[in-house]
Amino acid sequence: MLKLQVKRLSTDFLIIGGGTAGAYAALTFCEHSDKRVLIAEKANIKRSGCLAAGVNALNAYIVPGKTPQDYVDYARGDAHSIVRGDLLLTMAEGLNRVTHKLEELGLTILKNPDGSYAARGNRNLKINGENIKPILAGAVSKEPQISVLNRVSVFEYIVRENRICGAYAVGVDEPSLYVISAKAVLCAAGGAAGLYKPNNPGFSRHKMWYPPFNTGAACAMGIRAGAEMTTLEMRFIALRCKDTIAPTGTLAQGVGAKQINSLGEVYEQKYGVTTSQRLYGTVVENLEGRGPCYLRTAGISRQQDEDLQKAYLNMAPSQTLRWIESGGPPSEQNVEIEGTEPYITGGHTASGYWVDANRETTIRGLFAAGDAAGGCPQKYVTGAFVEGEIAAKAALKYLGDELTDPGDGADSVKALLEARLDAAADSDEIDRLEEEMQSIMDEYAGGISRHYRYSEESLKTAEEKIRALTDRVNLTKARDTRGLVYILELTERLILCRALIAHLLARKETRWRGFAENTDYPDTSEDFLKYVNSRFNPHTDEFEIIFRDLVAEGEIYEH
Amino acid sequence: MSIEINREACAGCGACSEACPGSLLLLDEKGKAAIPKPERCWGCVSCVKECPARAIEFFLGADMGGRGGRMSVRREASMLHWDIRKPGGGLKTITVDSGDANKY
Repeated sequence: MLKLQVKRLSTDFLIIGGGTAGAYAALTFCEHSDKRVLIAEKANIKRSGCLAAGVNALNAYIVPGKTPQDYVDYARGDAHSIVRGDLLLTMAEGLNRVTHKLEELGLTILKNPDGSYAARGNRNLKINGENIKPILAGAVSKEPQISVLNRVSVFEYIVRENRICGAYAVGVDEPSLYVISAKAVLCAAGGAAGLYKPNNPGFSRHKMWYPPFNTGAACAMGIRAGAEMTTLEMRFIALRCKDTIAPTGTLAQGVGAKQINSLGEVYEQKYGVTTSQRLYGTVVENLEGRGPCYLRTAGISRQQDEDLQKAYLNMAPSQTLRWIESGGPPSEQNVEIEGTEPYITGGHTASGYWVDANRETTIRGLFAAGDAAGGCPQKYVTGAFVEGEIAAKAALKYLGDELTDPGDGADSVKALLEARLDAAADSDEIDRLEEEMQSIMDEYAGGISRHYRYSEESLKTAEEKIRALTDRVNLTKARDTRGLVYILELTERLILCRALIAHLLARKETRWRGFAENTDYPDTSEDFLKYVNSRFNPHTDEFEIIFRDLVAEGEIYEH
Repeated sequence: MSIEINREACAGCGACSEACPGSLLLLDEKGKAAIPKPERCWGCVSCVKECPARAIEFFLGADMGGRGGRMSVRREASMLHWDIRKPGGGLKTITVDSGDANKY
């Protein structure tokens, strides 16, 4: 039997996930302290996280003439009021500061002749963000107090008396169990993709909007440790270029392409222009026989074709390849659009950990930032940086002098993992089980094939089936540590599916048309102008739902 | 969506394996890059950009309407030269300078 070697490490500040928020948090921490930082990263921080391929605009910036409050108002409107005003405002106040810092680190930002940033619309800046991750990783590597542990997957917190004291991780390539002791921990491990059947369920099943490698570990670890989670029911569904699932904002905002149906009618005004309404309109146009839907690009200039090809190379090269190999550039052919499968991501919606203004979770010493942190939608890349910054500063204040003993749980964790390793295991089984989970969620919890619709009955069926599937996954074995990581990831997705179902059941209304269509309660209800939060009870194996009143900007929320 | 590795051109440096955000690439027993589960590829092309031997090409799967084109990248200081081999023959190169922001 394959044995795991136990490796014990200790640090002052453990950051789980070296993506957008995590890398920035590490840099901030070093500006204010000479204490040690350890980044534990499942891949390699050079290209890990959402920004692997790059990003072509900064979508959250306070342009001249606008204020942070304007940004809060925009985000609140887009989320139909279910936001944390306190979190949004503190995030919005930091957007320009972190943008300048990124420019100092080497990010290219388009400027006007007078040296000011060139804005795209009311909130965006045009950049060349192809290299944004290598820029961040390069800055991290210059800080001797930061250690980076690449290709190590953190899967469980070590918590004693509701206080974080570290985490367990497993090597992706080598049979090691890491026991990491830390005085404070930041969870910046992203949101979740792969819960639902994707647009391209065959060979190209990972051609999705959100990184398929963000498996929901961030939320799942918190759920299992008893942290309070918020607004998971506000799923994010992206409106994308068909097949390539490439962004549409560059076409809509960059060249002013309107959403049209197959009759050539501009339909977006009919449904409203919030993020969820744009999706909803597209779903309804298709259901009522006026699909497929497009972004009207035909008629743009040849020069615009070439500029768009370049822009997509900096964030979604598949779309450029599509245009060139099909011989149908956007100036000649409108770009067909479709909705993706639902994701859980706090960078776009309000789902994730329930945090206070310091971005501390309900577990003492455990902070959350970026896609893992709830209450603060539309944070995007720059907002994730700000949250990383706020969390790093708060963690520094929180740090005690002494490490808490992580206890003697390592032996039992080691034994549990080793029992899952078997040289004769079928390495494709986990893929089949994952597909089964995605089909259940698709059919019974409002996936693409159900036009994002669900009912109480269908959700209860989903819960039952996901529980039964979890029992089977708990019996699977892996040939090696890579396979073990895949099992742990599927287990993370399954508990997050259950939490999501509990949240969808609790919100007895339809607030975000398109994102979450509750067919039993098709209207918005004043009674649900509140947060749906949850806490997992491991003893009963149930989720306890907690309804909380909205927190406005200027208010101080404390756990 | 995935990548194709030219084993003859691969120098076995491992740069692709290091860059992959899904840790999907490894060096096989002959020291050549391999992707045992190509269907797990996200299509971010990080590996394509890293490969100094230009042994990795990116393509769109037929199930998502891919027509057989292949894409690779040559890096030259701040310039990225993207070479796209068209399905029926012919090559299109697009050069992007990291110092230039997107126009859109």
